[in-house]
Amino acid sequence: MIETQVAIVGGGPAGLMAAITAADLGAEVVLIEQNDTLGGQLVKQTHMFFGSEKQYAGTRGIDIGYMLIDKVKSHEKIKVLLDSTAMGYYPDGVLGINQLEKFIKIKPKKLIVATGASEKTIAFPNNDLPGVYGAGAVQTLMNVSGVRPGNKVLMVGAGNIGLIVSYQLLQAGIDVEAIVEASPKIGGYLVHASKVRRMGVPILTSHTIVEALGETEVTGAIIAQLDENWKVIEGTEKEIEVDTICLAVGLSPLTELINQADGKLKYIRELSGYVPIHNEDLKTTIEDIYVAGDIAGVEEASSAMVEGKLAGAKAVSDLLINQEKAEEIVFEAHQELKELRSGPVGDIIRRGIQKLKEVE
Amino acid sequence: MLEKTGVPSPELVKSVTPSEERLNKGAVAVIECYQEIPCNPCTTVCPRNAIKPMKDINERPTIDFEACNGCGLCVAACPGLAISVVNTVYNEDQALVKLPWEFLPVPKKGDTVKTLDRAGKEVGTGKVVAVQDSKVFDRTKVVHIVVPKEHAMIVRSLDRRSINE
Repeated sequence: MIETQVAIVGGGPAGLMAAITAADLGAEVVLIEQNDTLGGQLVKQTHMFFGSEKQYAGTRGIDIGYMLIDKVKSHEKIKVLLDSTAMGYYPDGVLGINQLEKFIKIKPKKLIVATGASEKTIAFPNNDLPGVYGAGAVQTLMNVSGVRPGNKVLMVGAGNIGLIVSYQLLQAGIDVEAIVEASPKIGGYLVHASKVRRMGVPILTSHTIVEALGETEVTGAIIAQLDENWKVIEGTEKEIEVDTICLAVGLSPLTELINQADGKLKYIRELSGYVPIHNEDLKTTIEDIYVAGDIAGVEEASSAMVEGKLAGAKAVSDLLINQEKAEEIVFEAHQELKELRSGPVGDIIRRGIQKLKEVE
Repeated sequence: MLEKTGVPSPELVKSVTPSEERLNKGAVAVIECYQEIPCNPCTTVCPRNAIKPMKDINERPTIDFEACNGCGLCVAACPGLAISVVNTVYNEDQALVKLPWEFLPVPKKGDTVKTLDRAGKEVGTGKVVAVQDSKVFDRTKVVHIVVPKEHAMIVRSLDRRSINE
């Protein structure tokens, strides 16, 4: 059994920041990551990040990722377990880990769950054909493995992920025939939309995919326009020739571990689904367990990093280690989150957090 | 229109365009950041403090056109690639436009390329007179392209298929 002061599940933006923050404050940290590399979604992000200098704005996500990974790897207080899946958290405070079929028990004094989110999908005929991908898979193929996912793409969804992945596809020399978005408005940042639009990619709002075409693989798609009740307007169906359909239709928080540990969840649409009930310091309803990043409500990587910092500092403060300094960081993180969420694009997350407060 | 298609309306573009008088004085940045998002690198990169510090990080940038000399540092620094520089008095009948570029191939000095507008529609051709690159640009190139004067506020992209490898 490994005993540690802080264990963190998930090595993405939130988990990395939580580990660095807690270890810098003097705590012993074990960071548990399911994949064989750290970084989560950061290492697939080739665009410059938004936010302020405090969240590394202007630096590309991939570079932020490698900078944080280097810090974690070289930190003497952080032990990293790769290829390791957290299987369960038990009433005696033991976390069970499956590392390549080897069972490891960890007993942390504080646990931070930063498992992120998984991609949603949508139902349409033939959505099981080869050539229908989630946007995350397309990014992994292109940006991690260097594999071309296809030649002509239909992107479904004009949130930030759909827009950014479309841009990355163009950068990889792949054609994006169109982006369809069921909502009447583009959901992602308009600067991302304008970037792909001026390269000639049409963004069709109030449009959806009706079906994928093909026998053994995708050879096309039928798209159509939607009315104000999100119903297909008959006669607007159009066939487009593509070999790849990329779905960027949202994310759901990955809450299984908290749920298994008997933490309370609540469905909050604004936070993208069921989220662990947590207070403003990211403490869940389970003693000694905190959440950070998309599991606490799907948002941007910038805010995930700040939440990681917050949870890491709060956990250390609650351990009564370096408490004054830890509380300073907690205070700063609250300020940063407030700044990031204060504008119109933060409105949805603010409403989600308000609903969460009403539960408490 | 912008929220539905990604293309800003002519009125929106006009709202961020420098005055005729300022344009006639030479190179100046045009910031097409139409939405309040939490982002401020343009304010910290400007060496002349022409792009004003923000009280709230969600504010849209404000630029003092008189203080701006069109150096183009903000063009590469803007995470949204929303800034261009125009010099409408480059010569008698041509303008210079500086655009961010993150695609392959990278155009070379002397190339003639097809120019596109904000909707990706072909406008005409332009001649590449310089390609700025430096470590601080972090792999975003700034392409200097000479276009007919009347295209200065229209051309905002290049047709990547018209660029020779």
